[in-house]
Amino acid sequence: MSAGATGALRSPRRAAGLVLAGLGAWVAVYAALGPAAGWLAHGLMRLDPASPLGSAVAFFLFEAPKVLMLLVLVVFAVGVVRSYFTPARTRALLAGRREATGNVVAAALGTVTPFCSCSAVPLFIGFVAAGVPLGVTLSFLIAAPMVNEVALALLLALFGWKVAALYLATGLGIAIGSGFVLGRLRMERHVESWVYEVEAGGSAVATEAAGLSGRARAGLDAVREIVGKVWPWVLGGIAVGAAIHGWVPRDVMAGILGEDAWWSVPAAVLLGVPMYSNAAGIVPVVHALIEKGAALGTVLAFMMAVIGLSLPETVILRKVLRPPLIAAFLGIVAAGIVAVGLVFNLLL
Amino acid sequence: MTRIEVLGTGCAKCEALYASAERAAREKGIAFTIEKVVDPADIVRRGVLATPALAIDGEIRIAGRVPSSDAIKALLP
Repeated sequence: MSAGATGALRSPRRAAGLVLAGLGAWVAVYAALGPAAGWLAHGLMRLDPASPLGSAVAFFLFEAPKVLMLLVLVVFAVGVVRSYFTPARTRALLAGRREATGNVVAAALGTVTPFCSCSAVPLFIGFVAAGVPLGVTLSFLIAAPMVNEVALALLLALFGWKVAALYLATGLGIAIGSGFVLGRLRMERHVESWVYEVEAGGSAVATEAAGLSGRARAGLDAVREIVGKVWPWVLGGIAVGAAIHGWVPRDVMAGILGEDAWWSVPAAVLLGVPMYSNAAGIVPVVHALIEKGAALGTVLAFMMAVIGLSLPETVILRKVLRPPLIAAFLGIVAAGIVAVGLVFNLLL
Repeated sequence: MTRIEVLGTGCAKCEALYASAERAAREKGIAFTIEKVVDPADIVRRGVLATPALAIDGEIRIAGRVPSSDAIKALLP
């Protein structure tokens, strides 16, 4: 986004007009993508649609702009929604809540509260010190990376809204369930003791500019920051996906990652936990694997393990959590992901 | 003398905010000191939940994002 686009958002009416005009242009371009990609690949570049190269190129030319456009739209919308929530407000909403309802509210707020993974430690201390129960705090911290707007946009683009909705629902379910179980295990003694001695200050920050134009700007900032960072990964992932689409024979994945092999779900999760990739790189590959016969539950579990549980985040949390609690955290969330994968494979 | 503090546990965004704040103060030509607050307990005591945060003369002015150095200039005295 240029500085001009941000500057033009100063008045609310102009901001609303610009957002509507942007949406209209978005829909028009989106509708033209399919015909344009076919014409480019088969008309202009004269590639045979039946050949591996022709099908790979057409796939890339269609999917790459489609995925990027949906990514921009979803990230903008999430950025606008997030401008209504701040970590301080979320903490106020969670303080004094009981378990169960608290876990549900925390998981939901985890998806819409803006914070970067390096804020996890101050957030954890701030929540616990303000009297948010441990399990509820963990539901929040599990939901935030697990339900990821980039993954949501990519699933929407490549698999349709049903799979995207299933991902959203099961991601929330894992965060709620894992946080609840961890809370029941009474693991407070495995939190570093100094955490409970910190006297958290009240929220000190002056409120940021709100209003329609401020929120539209928050959406644009989110697009610039997130899409600006992940687009090479998206293109790389789609290129790998296009190559698999064109050259790998159909059903080759059915034996390894198909639904008949029950052990493939836990294996995929074990493989995914130590891997650290962002959603942008992993989803297009996942899409191509499914096309070649891998089971949806298996690859969804793999994706959740890769993006929802990461070793760097665990290392950050080690500052406040002792090893038994970290182990329980990883074990219970991983078990939840395996359960989701198995259920998906049985139902779909 | 303006006292600038950058609160954060040392991630990439904290470094970006530190650089942005230092540039803003230098370009504005004010007398200033700048330091990092990295201890999570200290950060929470100051009422900050989302890092990186920026304090000017002890008062938290920005939390959870990296503003442009122009935006920081507007906050400096």
